[in-house]
Amino acid sequence: MRMWFVCRFCCPAAQSNSNPEWEAKVLEYFKGQLREKESHSWVPSLNDVPLHYLKPNSLVKFRCLVQDMFDPEFYMGVYETVDPSTKANVLRCGKYKDVTECGVDLNSRNTVTAERQTFYCVPIPGESPWAKEISFLSAARVVPSTSYVPSRQKRSYEEDDDDMDTQPQKQREPHTGGMGETPQIQPHGNGDSKRQETEAPSSQTTAPSDCSSHLDLNFPLPGERGPACLVKVYEGLDSFKLNDTLEIYGILSVNPVLTVLGEEKDPSLLLLNPTESMETPEEQRAHDPPASLVPRLHMLYARPLQHNNPLLPSAPTEDQSAFVSSFLVEMASVRAELLAYLTHVLLGDGLAAEYLLLHLISNVYTRRDVLPLGKFTLNLSGCPLNSYTERLYQIVQQLVPCSYRLSMSLHTMNSMRLVPKKDYVANRLVSGALQLARNTSLFLDETQLEQGQLDSSGVRNITALGNLISWQKVDYDFSYHQMEFPCNINVLVTSEGRSLLPSDCQVPLQPQVTPPNMEEYLTTIHMAQFTSQINKFRVYLSLARTLDYSISDEVTKAVEDDFVDMRKDDPQSVTAEDLHRMLVVARLLSLSLGQTTLSRDGWMRAKHIDMLRRSRTEQQKSLNGNEP
Amino acid sequence: MSSPTSTPVGSKRSRDDIPVTRKFYRNRLSESYLQSYVDMSSPLMYGTPSSRVEGTPRSGVRGTPVRQRPDLGSARKAPQVDLHTELPSADGAVASEQAAGQKLVIWGTDVNVGTCKEKFQRFLQRFIDPTSNEDENAGLDLNEPLYMQKLEEISVIGEPVLNVNCSHVQSFDADLYRQLISYPQEVIPTFDMAVNELFFERFPDSILEHQIQVRPYNALKTRNMRSLNPEDIDQMITISGMVIRTSQLIPEMQEAFFQCQVCAFSTRVEVDRGRIAEPAVCRNCNTTHSLALIHNRSAFSDKQMIKVQESPDDMPAGQTPHTTIVYAHNDLVDKVQPGDRINITGIYRAVPMRENPRQSTVKSVYKTHIDVIHFRKTDEKRLHGLDEDSDQKLFTEERVQTLKELAAKPDVYERLSSALAPSIYEQEDIKKGILLQLFGGTRKDFSQTGRGNFRAEVNILLCGDPGTSKSQLLQYVFNLVPRGQYTSGKGSSAVGLTAYVMKDPETKQLVLQTGALVLSDNGICCIDEFDKMSDSTRSVLHEVMEQQTLSIAKAGIICQLNARTSVLAAANPVESQWNPKKTTIENIQLPHTLLSRFDLIFLMLDPQDEAYDRRLAHHLVALYYQSEEQIEEEFLDMAVLKDYIAYARTYINPRLNEEASQALIEAYVDMRKIGSGRGMVSAYPRQLESLIRLAEAHAKVRFSDKVETVDVEEAKRLHREALKQSATDPRTGFVDISILTTGMSATARKRKEEVAQALKKMIQSRGKTPAMKYQQLFDDLRGQSEAAITKDMFEEALRALADEDYLTVTGKTVRLL
Repeated sequence: MRMWFVCRFCCPAAQSNSNPEWEAKVLEYFKGQLREKESHSWVPSLNDVPLHYLKPNSLVKFRCLVQDMFDPEFYMGVYETVDPSTKANVLRCGKYKDVTECGVDLNSRNTVTAERQTFYCVPIPGESPWAKEISFLSAARVVPSTSYVPSRQKRSYEEDDDDMDTQPQKQREPHTGGMGETPQIQPHGNGDSKRQETEAPSSQTTAPSDCSSHLDLNFPLPGERGPACLVKVYEGLDSFKLNDTLEIYGILSVNPVLTVLGEEKDPSLLLLNPTESMETPEEQRAHDPPASLVPRLHMLYARPLQHNNPLLPSAPTEDQSAFVSSFLVEMASVRAELLAYLTHVLLGDGLAAEYLLLHLISNVYTRRDVLPLGKFTLNLSGCPLNSYTERLYQIVQQLVPCSYRLSMSLHTMNSMRLVPKKDYVANRLVSGALQLARNTSLFLDETQLEQGQLDSSGVRNITALGNLISWQKVDYDFSYHQMEFPCNINVLVTSEGRSLLPSDCQVPLQPQVTPPNMEEYLTTIHMAQFTSQINKFRVYLSLARTLDYSISDEVTKAVEDDFVDMRKDDPQSVTAEDLHRMLVVARLLSLSLGQTTLSRDGWMRAKHIDMLRRSRTEQQKSLNGNEP
Repeated sequence: MSSPTSTPVGSKRSRDDIPVTRKFYRNRLSESYLQSYVDMSSPLMYGTPSSRVEGTPRSGVRGTPVRQRPDLGSARKAPQVDLHTELPSADGAVASEQAAGQKLVIWGTDVNVGTCKEKFQRFLQRFIDPTSNEDENAGLDLNEPLYMQKLEEISVIGEPVLNVNCSHVQSFDADLYRQLISYPQEVIPTFDMAVNELFFERFPDSILEHQIQVRPYNALKTRNMRSLNPEDIDQMITISGMVIRTSQLIPEMQEAFFQCQVCAFSTRVEVDRGRIAEPAVCRNCNTTHSLALIHNRSAFSDKQMIKVQESPDDMPAGQTPHTTIVYAHNDLVDKVQPGDRINITGIYRAVPMRENPRQSTVKSVYKTHIDVIHFRKTDEKRLHGLDEDSDQKLFTEERVQTLKELAAKPDVYERLSSALAPSIYEQEDIKKGILLQLFGGTRKDFSQTGRGNFRAEVNILLCGDPGTSKSQLLQYVFNLVPRGQYTSGKGSSAVGLTAYVMKDPETKQLVLQTGALVLSDNGICCIDEFDKMSDSTRSVLHEVMEQQTLSIAKAGIICQLNARTSVLAAANPVESQWNPKKTTIENIQLPHTLLSRFDLIFLMLDPQDEAYDRRLAHHLVALYYQSEEQIEEEFLDMAVLKDYIAYARTYINPRLNEEASQALIEAYVDMRKIGSGRGMVSAYPRQLESLIRLAEAHAKVRFSDKVETVDVEEAKRLHREALKQSATDPRTGFVDISILTTGMSATARKRKEEVAQALKKMIQSRGKTPAMKYQQLFDDLRGQSEAAITKDMFEEALRALADEDYLTVTGKTVRLL
């Protein structure tokens, strides 16, 4: 419905071209419309709806990560066409479009060249299945008619154009009359709901672009599926960064011409044209993949995502703050339930559960020169072998919206590409497993590591992981130099002994129960939780991370005194590093209880659990003897 | 090579054609000379130079062939020039239009050929730049017209290329400069004409391969690849970047040669927007479709595609570098290699995607590239060892003003050192040391007097307990300086530090890949876990840290690279904790030869005192809850600090004044005196050099061109502080420089000698016993001596005696000689 405005809106304005502000107005209009309550959920999402059910040139949204930024390109912002029959010159607008209309007069002096940039966007890597499912279902609930009946696709272009002419008139009326309230009643419900029934499950089971698997779509993580998208960005180029997670609203373009242009290799044409012959086939494949696989999206508006948890209101509006304040009341009780749940999962170890909970809400909230503050890498040592870590990951995955388990076997460490690398032949950034969105939970399973030799790429991978943990940055490989990209990834390391990777905090697991059948035990725990309960946990974890936090002067003083006292007793055992860690623990502990300032109690609690943890590691050391 | 419109040419036939046409060609050649020299596309493109010289000697403008300039493109065919409707005359380059002052200007521009030529000739004849310090102008008289000297050079050397610095043009005639930037493809040919007229007027007898081509460089308009925008199209720009890929040489047809197969009449067709229109009818015999393309008589020019990537320094954080396609033509082909950092001056072009006649719609995207006019390698100087003006950052007036204001403050030194790594608590002296390292001393070149280069870089070693934020300090420095490298001793090999030879997968050539030390030339190389480095790796550092060069002999490549890098290293004690009872050398187990190359060695120890703890706690807690604004402020500080350092490094070169020299001498003599009282050497010339470097760096911090006594005082203080920490003999409590220079304190050495003497005495007292049991001797000595003697000491004593040729040790027996 709304999506048709795009075409209607752009073209007449461009043709007259009398009003230079029309572009700003278009953006204003869309932003205004999308600000309306729930309105963003009317827009079909590329993440959920298979591409072939979306109408070309319609408004769609896409929840994605900026994987690569291509070079800026110049396009014809305004161009002149000559109508072959009337010989009349017509000015046309090239913005938000990939192809021109017929008969472009390349020599026209009215041509205006404008600049835009292309981003290669992929769905958020490691998005948990539950997050996908919920966002899909919620979208489906609000917009049963976003997608098109397959038969419509077979109609010719002219018919679509007719539609476009007639539709707006039909649409404007209900829109002004508050269409938002009654989204179910749509003028052309010709079997939409039916399609929904038949298509919804299929698009869940078979990923939207099944056929894309044999084409390298450059997803950061192996086994990822979903559409990749070339997003054309017109405004605010500097505000976007690599690895940003965005929700992009834009006009979908899948013009088959794009594909034909790319595929066509007429040697006689290419030879004399210097620019085209210069592109290697790899580059062409990377930059002009078939539009049916990698659709183009002309961005109207992009919303940076603070999180991709569909259970939380995404827009930072007043209803979000209302949501937060209503949830804050529950916070403590949800925390207790979650702690109990995690304690069960961690075989009855309450302390480890406490630390795991703190780890799950940790977040790099700022950087002081090179030092990232707020990171809390946890090393769970003493994990039972066999499939325990795998099950543990599954449970973590159920709780967080984004996660990835990296099994650190010798083979994967030696063969996997963790660090993104620039491929100069194809002129693109080849992704690696460490190109992750903010607040992704990275689960490093060191129990999988066996004895053997790491080769040079293995050593590089381990170094990259170490850098990630200590500095929260990844040095992308640009072959002639390296480039540093800061990141914000929660790293959880599970290991038998102390991990070979650095960590902020090591907790040796002390199981209180030894279930005979681990699998069964964990499955029962998992099954015992209701979905509503799990959903509460999910909201809790995402929300606790976003809270503000401060320390009052009084408490600062108390902490200082405490530190001095501790040092007095035993200067060797308490170092600046310990204070760093305790401050982070205190912060996370307060936030986990929904408290936004540090209280004396909070500090004492933090000290207490840190002491418990330390005594446990000491114990471990004396037990093993050989620990450093 | 074939054009879509060309008819297939049998190779046999074309070979047969050659003898016939050679003569014809000569006739045509002379004809073309008579034509106007505006004809830029003379047919002389393919004759070898020798074949030309064999003819009658020629000179003068008319005698020298014009070489086509594909870099400028064909101006008259630019699509936006709609000549055919407004100007029927085919040759549009100097077409006229009634402009305001009844002047002839090139169509679509405000360039009047005559005026422009005149202005440029005046520029060449008059421009003097007395302050020039460019390396290209080395050996020229700065008070004479610069470009006339260059023309003279051309007449001597015979390389017909004149490089013109655009900033010179700008300072001479701003309007001319504007025209040059805005209409390069019209103005540069005019410049060519002007310079050739001038040249042959002055040197009528010189013979050149082709006419002189003007190559402007250093256009100030665009500096950064990122700032290129549609307004720059068809303008002259200069950008910097790094070459990432070069293509094979591409022969590009400039002019096609057609011959009628019926009457052998020949005709030439120029390339028009990448196409050649095949003449359908022979003008001579009116036969249709009888013309065939003769490849080896057509004119080709060399062309190469080069991909250039934005240099990492120009990039905003969090974005990927942009790349641009660059086309090099003729002699600029193969001038650059992947990995080179270059400045490119060229014309920015945008070409619409080829319209496919079979399709009604086209992609509305332009392909952009740069036709290069001038290359300038920015890292070339690294090999020649000249001054580093390539690193010159452009500072705005205001920026310079703020920096100077900052420098005028009396406490600038303290301010800057506290702005350094604010997240690291206190350690003021270490921060000050690092600050001075960032500024560096003054580079002195005595190579002409045979004494070589003196090191200007300050090297610093941090050692101390683990967890005293040494790594963090290194990371900070690495992030602060533009050419910083960060390596860990554990992970780096000698090869990774120096250079290695690699086979390029594409060209199969052996390529020298430089390692961290070479890459941080003019920067700082941060080496963490210095103690974990293997001995072979460490040995590489000896040369780098004193001579500032790196010699490589590998896979047939023998060379010496400059590695003028400061080393900032961090080392952990061998035992996990620092042992205060041992000397620095014993604690970190590094060879003293290497240690003595560090100007400053700091210990980062846990002070273990209550007041310190309190301040530390306060600092850390503040770190964790500081508001956004405060953080913002600090970021500003880091940017200012960066600029401040860059400015001082490029523009300030302090020299010692008289008092400062005196102060240094006194300081050195004092240092020597301390030791001589106790019978040991407490300072070496190396220490004096360090003092000088530190004093110079401190003067740089103040933006002062003179090193004054204050600088020397601070250098002395810092040096003493560092020595106090690292060279204190734990046995005596005195500062003893020999710990660092020889690896052993003077008292320890004395002790060693005493033991050796005692042993000798004991053996002598036994009378004639040619062989003794080792163990027994040891026990005897232990029994005799009052002080405890360890096995190590005993062995050392034996070794000392063996060196005196007094005895030898074989297995378990000791023999007298």
